Amino acid sequence: MKILVCISNVPDTTTKITFTANNTQFNTNGVQFIINPYDEIALARAMELTEGGKGTVTVINVGTVATEPTIRKALAIGADDAIRINAEPHDAWFVANQIAQYIKTNPFDLVFTGRESIDYNGSKVAGMLGELLHIPSVSIVKKIDINGQEATVEREIEGGKEILTIPLPIVAGAAEGVAEPKIPNMRGIMSARTKPLAVVEPVEVKLIEEVISYELPEPRGQVKLAANAEQLAELLHAEARVI
Amino acid sequence: MSVLIYTENTDGKFKKSIFEAVSYARAIADANSTDLTAVSIGNVNADELALLAAYGADKILNVTSSNLKNFVNQAYASVIAEAAKKTGANVIVLANTLSGRGLAPRLGAKLEAGVVEGAVALPDQTDGKFIVKKTAFSGKAFALVELTSAIKIIALTPNSFPVTENSKPVQVEEFNVDTDPANFKTMLKEIVRSTDKVSLPDAEIIVSGGRGLKGPENWKILEDLADVLGAALACSKPVSDAGWRPHNEHVGQTGVVVSPNLYIAVGISGAIQHLAGISAAKVIVAINNDADAPIFKVADYGIVGDAFEIVPQLTAAIKQKNKA
Repeated sequence: MKILVCISNVPDTTTKITFTANNTQFNTNGVQFIINPYDEIALARAMELTEGGKGTVTVINVGTVATEPTIRKALAIGADDAIRINAEPHDAWFVANQIAQYIKTNPFDLVFTGRESIDYNGSKVAGMLGELLHIPSVSIVKKIDINGQEATVEREIEGGKEILTIPLPIVAGAAEGVAEPKIPNMRGIMSARTKPLAVVEPVEVKLIEEVISYELPEPRGQVKLAANAEQLAELLHAEARVI
Repeated sequence: MSVLIYTENTDGKFKKSIFEAVSYARAIADANSTDLTAVSIGNVNADELALLAAYGADKILNVTSSNLKNFVNQAYASVIAEAAKKTGANVIVLANTLSGRGLAPRLGAKLEAGVVEGAVALPDQTDGKFIVKKTAFSGKAFALVELTSAIKIIALTPNSFPVTENSKPVQVEEFNVDTDPANFKTMLKEIVRSTDKVSLPDAEIIVSGGRGLKGPENWKILEDLADVLGAALACSKPVSDAGWRPHNEHVGQTGVVVSPNLYIAVGISGAIQHLAGISAAKVIVAINNDADAPIFKVADYGIVGDAFEIVPQLTAAIKQKNKA
């Protein structure tokens, strides 16, 4: 089985978000970049599904040379090889088109993304890939197993979950619960340096969206401390009018 | 110019998040002096469909084919695309629910339409542009996104637009399209209902617990509080990582990002990742024994003290109010 894991390079979860250039650019100064946490879960599950010689795991990233440390980390965790499509990841539509183009000439049985990236939170690449490749996609996957040529997938729904069976190939957006992220060991880190990382030039894509600017949430006012539970209940009822 | 809204149903009923999205779509239609058509897929009875007109749908396309009874994003996307073609829609609105998140990007790719998932405000159409505000960085910021495609798709964050009555005559039209069997490869084996009374992503009130509760055996006091408030239960990441509570209750940057009217954080210190997930909450209440905990920096109301004493007292006080 051949598995492709799409990874994005995102700011570490502890990052305090700020912007520059009149709020039009994300301020990357001093920011540590990591593999998107959901993509890391996807990678861990891909490793489990191919354990014992049952297949190979390729990671793919759309990014400039600056993302290579993140790609090497994925190789250290255990991916067999990596592809970097050499372009700024303009948006989900651009990224999905680049990856779809690659898959058209290099087919995979299972394509993983994370349920969303923690920077733009679009949850879009999985669904777009599915549509561009004319194959099924499940965007928020809580569990996935492969049996021969069929995937059994648990999808989160409001108030429960659905259990789906789908013939391969599919695109799956991994969420928490799919697997525990794996930490690279020393052997992995050593071997990551020599694993193949191919650089592919992008195809042209007509852009259809643009981030114009960013805003930070309004700062919240001073906390009002209540002396006891009765007073708190009264404040929530009479002042905040939320209960 | 015309606006289309996909109105997802849950067991034949529309949730509040759908009426919010209909109200939102109506506002876009009004701003452009055009019509709003709703498309409903699955078994929804006439009374329930009429509610869509009450919130502003001029026309309702009702899709009842038996093979479309269960949600399959691939097939639903193709039906909605057909409805968009039929109505000449250039704005398509959905609610940003768990299913909507799987559907919107498929629809976007099919129609080569720009998609904003997680919109929190009406589009700004000044100077013929189309700019939509959405949450970004998991609630730590907002992004203003300009869509330049011919068709624009917006998935609206629940609880970010008020439900507005805007009654139109009820006009339902049966709409059935043949869809390619290739769109039906996903087979539904089983639906497992959780025992949660209120689901987290569309909850108006949330009661959330952190490590300060010391163990899963102590969740009863939060359940009791949630019961009197009709609230959903949630937790911080350390709690779900420790296996005290299921992952789907984890609120934060790598969990569920919520937007309730009221968020009560009990024994949660307020790590930056957790605060990101609750930044859209309208009112935040903190109950914590550490007066210096970061949660108090974002809370609107709070009590410094022992959660094990305060929470049952709060439950009793609210019960008292509910009776009055």
